[in-house]
Amino acid sequence: MPAFWAWFIAAGTIVFVIWCVWLISWSAKQGPQNKQDEELVGHTWDGDLEEWNNPAPKWWLYLYFITIAWGVGYMIAYPGIGAFEGLLGWSQEGQYEAEMQAAADRYDPIYERFAGMEFEVLAANADALKLGASLYASYCTTCHGSDARGAAGYPNLVDGAWIWGRNEAAITQTIMQGRNNVMPALAGALGGDTGVDNMVNYVRSLSGLVEADAAAMSVQPMFAALCSACHGADGGGNQLIGAPNLTDDAWLYGSSEDDVRSSIVNGRNGVMPAHGELLGAKRAKILAAYVYSLSGSN
Amino acid sequence: METTASYNDKVVRQFTIMTVIWGIVGMLVGVLLAAQLIWPQLNFDVPFLTYSRLRPLHTNAVIFAFGGSALFATSYYVVQRTCHVRLMFDKLAAFTFWGWQAIIVLAAITLPLGITQSKEYAELEWPIDLLIAVVWVAYAVVFFSTIGRRRIKHIYVANWFYGAFIITVAVLHIFNNLAIPVTLTKSYVIYTGVVDAMMQWWYGHNAVGFFLTAGFLGMMYYFVPKQAGRPVYSYRLSVVHFWSLIAIYMWAGPHHLHYTSLADWAQTLGMVFSVILLAPSWGGMINGIMTLSGAWHKLRSDPVLKFMIVALSFYGMSTFEGPMMSIKTVNALSHYTDWTIGHVHSGALGWVAMMTIGSVYSLLPRLYNRDGMYSIKLIDVHFWTSTIGVVLYAVSMWVAGITQGLMWRAVNDDGTLTYSFVESLKATYPYYGLRLVGGLLFLAGMFIMAYNVWKTVSETKPAPVAVLDPA
Repeated sequence: MPAFWAWFIAAGTIVFVIWCVWLISWSAKQGPQNKQDEELVGHTWDGDLEEWNNPAPKWWLYLYFITIAWGVGYMIAYPGIGAFEGLLGWSQEGQYEAEMQAAADRYDPIYERFAGMEFEVLAANADALKLGASLYASYCTTCHGSDARGAAGYPNLVDGAWIWGRNEAAITQTIMQGRNNVMPALAGALGGDTGVDNMVNYVRSLSGLVEADAAAMSVQPMFAALCSACHGADGGGNQLIGAPNLTDDAWLYGSSEDDVRSSIVNGRNGVMPAHGELLGAKRAKILAAYVYSLSGSN
Repeated sequence: METTASYNDKVVRQFTIMTVIWGIVGMLVGVLLAAQLIWPQLNFDVPFLTYSRLRPLHTNAVIFAFGGSALFATSYYVVQRTCHVRLMFDKLAAFTFWGWQAIIVLAAITLPLGITQSKEYAELEWPIDLLIAVVWVAYAVVFFSTIGRRRIKHIYVANWFYGAFIITVAVLHIFNNLAIPVTLTKSYVIYTGVVDAMMQWWYGHNAVGFFLTAGFLGMMYYFVPKQAGRPVYSYRLSVVHFWSLIAIYMWAGPHHLHYTSLADWAQTLGMVFSVILLAPSWGGMINGIMTLSGAWHKLRSDPVLKFMIVALSFYGMSTFEGPMMSIKTVNALSHYTDWTIGHVHSGALGWVAMMTIGSVYSLLPRLYNRDGMYSIKLIDVHFWTSTIGVVLYAVSMWVAGITQGLMWRAVNDDGTLTYSFVESLKATYPYYGLRLVGGLLFLAGMFIMAYNVWKTVSETKPAPVAVLDPA
């Protein structure tokens, strides 16, 4: 804080405190000193509006004075008067660091116990899974749901479909670094409505939702040119780049014609936020093992 | 201009009637929002009816349309009566009425359309902000010119509070809304980052302190002694708490930004001065209640006084609650929970609305040349309906807020959260239901009032009231 403003604030603070104290002492000296005197001030407005000049209740004056005294004490102990940092050396960053350290001292040993354990073993360990379930409830339910079944755009974690693969490295990376999963908008490349309609039918036929008719089959070369690079020639997906399998019955954005059309026409942009800094590697590993345990392989 | 023939009560009547109408509109939107929190489908998938767009409409309607009209009406009435002159500049006063109504209508159109600056309680876009500034300056000219022409030397205490409210709201409004226009409906506020947040809450808390507190204390200082037929308890208490209140409220804003990127020293000052604010706030409550003290027997027969004593009680309660919530340790629990909503409504319904309702019931017969309202019985029904309503509202939100705060901070033995957010939401639903009932009761009371007002004003013709000579 520049010195001028520090002094300006300090002066303002002190002046206002003195002002309050002066008001209290001024009022205590004015007029009659006890209530029985009930003396009218002598002005009359609007026919019958008058004022007594009773003393303010003593308890009220004490209350006022005590809050001021407490406030002055607080500002001596804590940062408040200009650039003066307070005798206690308190800061909110300091309080945050201290609380985080206290939490780390208390809770880290709990997670330390599992740090050296093999991932597969961890995923079958009842204590670890209990911890994992708590972590899941704290960090994951907002998007993936308390039953882990997800929602439109938020992957279902119990259906056995794994977009990035069911293994320690993939799940841990998803949790720690997050994911940005982009499907480009392809309406233009498909040559307009007819092309899109046919592609919708073709994609839905891959998982047996509809029978592909001749028109739908006619876009197969387009699928090979536009879609197979990510989703594979047979639509089986590619876990290395997070391209969903189009032949199973798991549909991240819905399987209706409208949903599939929207994916093709507008593209999709799925984001899983990174939790690395929030969780740290040890918690992330336990959480990954818990997520791993939620469904079998696909 | 003839300043002594008769009072200008036309503009007072206009603002008084609009107070009742905007009260119903604002609270109706509030009830819809309360219902949407339980049944989100009540937005009917219509963008204009979504929670995000109706919420600012609700706050603007109750604060600036309902509360604002009440402040215009009573300040215009009080300043004439206590200065013993006719309100200055009839045409300018009429302009403030039509200008203020135009602002409200513009707000009611633009906010549901999603046109907003995204500053809480200052959502309106720059052309409307300019209109507000013009109307407000006109208001100040009318009010202070009338004070200047007063025929009695001493300025009555109610006018100190109204005057402080008018000046401060002008300053707050102008500085908080400094923005660079891009189009007619879009502008960018000139402040950035934490400075913007600090400006916003400097404005936001002083909107509470001056619009919803100082202005309504002005109302209290005229209508409570009038209705009770007793002198104000203590002149010197009014001096101390007035000068303390307006000096200290200015500092309280940062308590809205505890544990954020706002500098530590600013958070400390916000908290310390909020705590010191307790006694100055209670000074007003003491002066009001002690003025009523000695006229307790009148509560049996006069439900208008009941509105006033309950308003003062809620004022005392929420001005105790506010300093408490501004303490960092308490704030760490209460912030971002429905406790804040409960606190705001015990002030807005319990203090502001109850004082307004009492004052309107006291004022209206005088404006329409009658001895009293159409039905005293209906005032009593209104009193009980709204009192039960506000108690249900405040209590349900306190319990909801503390439940949420405790659930959010609960941790398991392994350091993970005991509850997910959605579990705290689920735990809140019963209280949302109770809050809706409270809100419905309060709204029902307003309809009873509207009927009573209609029967009162439709049966009589107002007559000019001659300006009283000073004693």
